Amino acid sequence: MRSTFLRPANLAWKAASSYESATDSVPLLILPQPVGTGAKAVDGARSMDERSGDSLAAGGAEPVSAIDVRLVDVTKRFGTQVTAVDRIDLEVTDGEFFSLLGPSGCGKTTTLRMIGGFEQPTSGLIELQGQDVTWLPPYKRNVNTVFQDYALFPHLTIFENVAFGLRRKKTGGAEIRRRAAEMLELVELRGYDGRKPGQISGGQAQRVALARALINRPAVLLLDEPLGALDLKLRKQMQLELKRIQQEVGITFIYVTHDQDEAMTMSDRIAVMHRGRFEQLGRPQDLYERPRTSFVAGFLGVSNLMTGRIDGADGAYAIVRLDASTALRLPREGVSDGASVQLGVRPEKIRLVGEGSATADLNVLSGRVRDASYTGVSTQYLVDIPGGSKMTVYEQNTARAAAAGLRRKGDMVGLAWSPADTFVVQPGRTEPAPSRYQEAPDVRRT
Amino acid sequence: MRGPARETVKQGRRVRRLAHLLDRWLLPLYALLAVSYLALPVLVMILFSFNDPSGRSNISWRGFSLESWFDPLGQPGLAEAVTTSLAVALFATLAATVLGVLIGLALVRHRFRGRSSINLLIFLPMSTPEIVLGVSLLTLFLASTQYAFVPEGTFFPLGFHTILIAHIMFNISYVVVTMRARLQGFPRHLEEAAMDLGANEWTTFWRVTFPLILPGVMAAALLAFSLSIDDYVITVFTSGQATTFPLYIYGSQQRGIPVQVNVVGTIIFLVAVGMVVLSTLLQRWQRPDPVEAVEVEGART
Repeated sequence: MRSTFLRPANLAWKAASSYESATDSVPLLILPQPVGTGAKAVDGARSMDERSGDSLAAGGAEPVSAIDVRLVDVTKRFGTQVTAVDRIDLEVTDGEFFSLLGPSGCGKTTTLRMIGGFEQPTSGLIELQGQDVTWLPPYKRNVNTVFQDYALFPHLTIFENVAFGLRRKKTGGAEIRRRAAEMLELVELRGYDGRKPGQISGGQAQRVALARALINRPAVLLLDEPLGALDLKLRKQMQLELKRIQQEVGITFIYVTHDQDEAMTMSDRIAVMHRGRFEQLGRPQDLYERPRTSFVAGFLGVSNLMTGRIDGADGAYAIVRLDASTALRLPREGVSDGASVQLGVRPEKIRLVGEGSATADLNVLSGRVRDASYTGVSTQYLVDIPGGSKMTVYEQNTARAAAAGLRRKGDMVGLAWSPADTFVVQPGRTEPAPSRYQEAPDVRRT
Repeated sequence: MRGPARETVKQGRRVRRLAHLLDRWLLPLYALLAVSYLALPVLVMILFSFNDPSGRSNISWRGFSLESWFDPLGQPGLAEAVTTSLAVALFATLAATVLGVLIGLALVRHRFRGRSSINLLIFLPMSTPEIVLGVSLLTLFLASTQYAFVPEGTFFPLGFHTILIAHIMFNISYVVVTMRARLQGFPRHLEEAAMDLGANEWTTFWRVTFPLILPGVMAAALLAFSLSIDDYVITVFTSGQATTFPLYIYGSQQRGIPVQVNVVGTIIFLVAVGMVVLSTLLQRWQRPDPVEAVEVEGART
């Protein structure tokens, strides 16, 4: 198990209790799978079939990891109208950094709160290390939470805040002092013991909240957008620090965020949530390179989406016809002949070439530059292609690009990219994401 | 053209001078008048506590004396009345605060059947004229004697216990209203954090909720105490043979109010002022009010 050797011996507090028998109680066809095999949680058992193909292919013979958190068919309704979480299944393995990513109102925080015990699911089952905790109050669960606004106790000192959990367990005074000092050391806040939460900065409060949770040595740490209130620079710094701490203590982290960069930077796996369900679950690079739905394609980074019909095959590639005169190629896997598909390509995969220059092994479209903006690292183009759609292109400002010259508004250009970089998305159960997710050039990505 | 322009400038100067005058003198003068309107009766009370009365009335100034200050309870019945008042106020405050805080918590925290009507009913004792409350309480106490299931002597004859019941009743309203305002901004996630860290409901209340609402509880209790100790109208209907300090004053004013009443009144006044000063000092010293601090924190982030 990966996490076992990452964890320093003195911090190896999690008993190697066995959860192998955990599957017994689960009526569904979900088997524990190793980290990083893609779709582990699915949109309910219904869509299991269409996903199982590639997850099994990548599975290999790695050992089965222990499951720390398991959600089985969990639904949460508020009143009769609002379904915040809609029949989700999830398994998070021991020592994993797992993120729930999605826009506000997608149900990610509700999911986290159900794991923490602050909400009870309307139906479904929640297990922690093989134990059914669905109806246990928060104080009987071996999880701790870092709240979005930290929720430090304003009337207690930093030391007493950190010691709060151990005091409840009636741990001895010397032990509490030792462990609190160790924790404040871990989050680099030595010497702040005597201060009150009102006397420290937001970033420091965030780290106190982390120390206060970690000192209890939970099986799982839940983090509810813990960096949301910090400014960008501090947030970047804390992302790295959180990842460092997670690797140091080897605890499973479940991290809720709406910030795709944050999720991609830190996570082993990400579940993209939308309207109470998982759109897609997998490693960051899988989600980015092979988004399965138009929502994921639009929410993680920028995508250029087109529609076409599969029309025959060419070796490893299927041919997709956009209109009478344009055909593109894309990986054959998972598409059937004659089907109408939505396909996409990331802006940075596209190269601008001279109009009409034939490149046999690439997908080529021609279009007219609508807008060009130089951002330093790259130049971002918005190109009108025939048929009325627009394509975003990020071109690195390399010597080669400079030699070709900056394209100006109105120039005719060719857009070329590798068929392997082309992905197919399902329009999905939900309508496509709002256009701002798809078209707004995301400067941070470049 | 120059003439009218100069006129305008002059006029502008005049307006500014007037505004300056207003700032400098008129507003302070107005404030002084308003404050003296508020303070004059109290000052007269304090002044006349040092009077050297002749006969029974303490109406005209006869000369300075500390005699009454050395023997503040030296009138027949005054000591008993003050003791009764203090006891009523103390117990009524305790009971009303406990009940009121719990009602406030329930009303703010939970959605239950009848919640909105209770929210409305809570205002009833505050908005009903005291004399109506007093009369109806008296009627209630008297009526209870007709029913066999009310043990004899429970409410009648009236006395200390009926005053207490009445005072708790009207005090609850004020405590609930104070606490409700206070609890509305209470950061609930602090309680979730406590439970997350292993505290059960009981521990969470005493370790987190109570310390944070304590300033509000204190404020509510002080309000209840001050309302209780000077209540006359309701007390007069529910007192029976018992006499509180306000009742004593009313009773004695027919014979002439003794100087000792002024002395006790002054003491009560000084204690009240002392408490206000003390609480202000404590708040300034110790820390910003925790509940507010969290709110400010939230606003900042």
